[in-house]
Amino acid sequence: MLKWIADVVVFKVFGLSSQTKLGDALHFFVYDTLKIFLFLAVVIFVVSFIRSYFPPERTKRILSHKRLFIGNILAALLGIVTPFCSCSAVPLFIGFVEAGVPLGVTFSFLISSPMVNEIAVVLLYSLFGWKITAIYIGAGLSVAIFGGIIIGKLGLEHWVEEYVYKIRTGQGTEVIKQSFRERLDYAKWNTKDILRRVWLFILIAIGIGGFIHGYVPEEFLTRIAGPGNPLAVPAAVVLGVPLYSNAAGVIPIVYALMEKGLSMGTVLAFMMAVTALSLPEMIILRKVLKPQMLGVFAGIMTITIIGVGYLFNAIL
Amino acid sequence: MQIKVLGPGCPNCEEMTRRVKQAVDELGIEAEIEKVTDMAEIMKHTMSTPGLVVDGKLVHAGKPLPPVEKIKSMIGG
Repeated sequence: MLKWIADVVVFKVFGLSSQTKLGDALHFFVYDTLKIFLFLAVVIFVVSFIRSYFPPERTKRILSHKRLFIGNILAALLGIVTPFCSCSAVPLFIGFVEAGVPLGVTFSFLISSPMVNEIAVVLLYSLFGWKITAIYIGAGLSVAIFGGIIIGKLGLEHWVEEYVYKIRTGQGTEVIKQSFRERLDYAKWNTKDILRRVWLFILIAIGIGGFIHGYVPEEFLTRIAGPGNPLAVPAAVVLGVPLYSNAAGVIPIVYALMEKGLSMGTVLAFMMAVTALSLPEMIILRKVLKPQMLGVFAGIMTITIIGVGYLFNAIL
Repeated sequence: MQIKVLGPGCPNCEEMTRRVKQAVDELGIEAEIEKVTDMAEIMKHTMSTPGLVVDGKLVHAGKPLPPVEKIKSMIGG
């Protein structure tokens, strides 16, 4: 079906021949674009629908007074399904603290949520296959779990702004009751909303796959940042931390870097650093955390992600 | 009618305020729209911003933002 549409568009509408390089490349581009967007729309819709059953209020109750380790694992997993954007980070953080969610467990949630999500999963799967996707999810969850455990063990509660502990919401926040129909509506709006924000990045990523492939000399990046250079991983992570992008935005860069011969571990570490840590999120979190806490958070994340990068470069 | 838009001031909250104003205009009703940025005040209603409170009752929280048509029915047009 999709192949047929691509055939019609490229060979009939544009009148290109499948024998030419351009015709072939364009066919690949149209087919891949249709496939990825369709896949993305279906997955975002389904995930948004499931998410409507996991409001932060519910996640908070599940994580309340959970022990270290079990709590961290649960928090990292819930980070995938709980709807969350960084502008909600402050109320979410305060709500978690008030409900008695341990600090380390709260961080596991905050780390996993932006890093492992449906957009990252669909794009990685479409462009790199299931193996890389599974590795990325596993690594993302591990970073969230262990990062949270370390923060929990350090006992840094005094580096949370005092007022956070004083806020009392009384009977607690409400959850709006939604009908099945309303949940479907929300899933539809969310799908439209996300696609509107990411379509350009995805087109760029597919375009890199279809056209730029093979035009930039591979040895260039390989020489400076290939598997032979032990500093490639820390350099990629340190570069990635201040950069801010969601998973969709970083994928074209990741794709281009891989095409040019950077090793998998280095590229995945870069992607994690970009999505998990960002300056805007730090500024938002500064409202509830003291600068020392932010420093420790950034430091632990940087070290953990570098570790993951080395590990992958060693085993892949 | 009293309408509150809850949010610390992120782009989503701005967009929410814009849509609420449009909904009120299109309905042609008398309503006081207040932007609430105080965290303690927001937390009395919800953990997910932006939130929409109509006459003291939370009618929407978090992303995705409802379209203007839906907001109209939320504020009882």
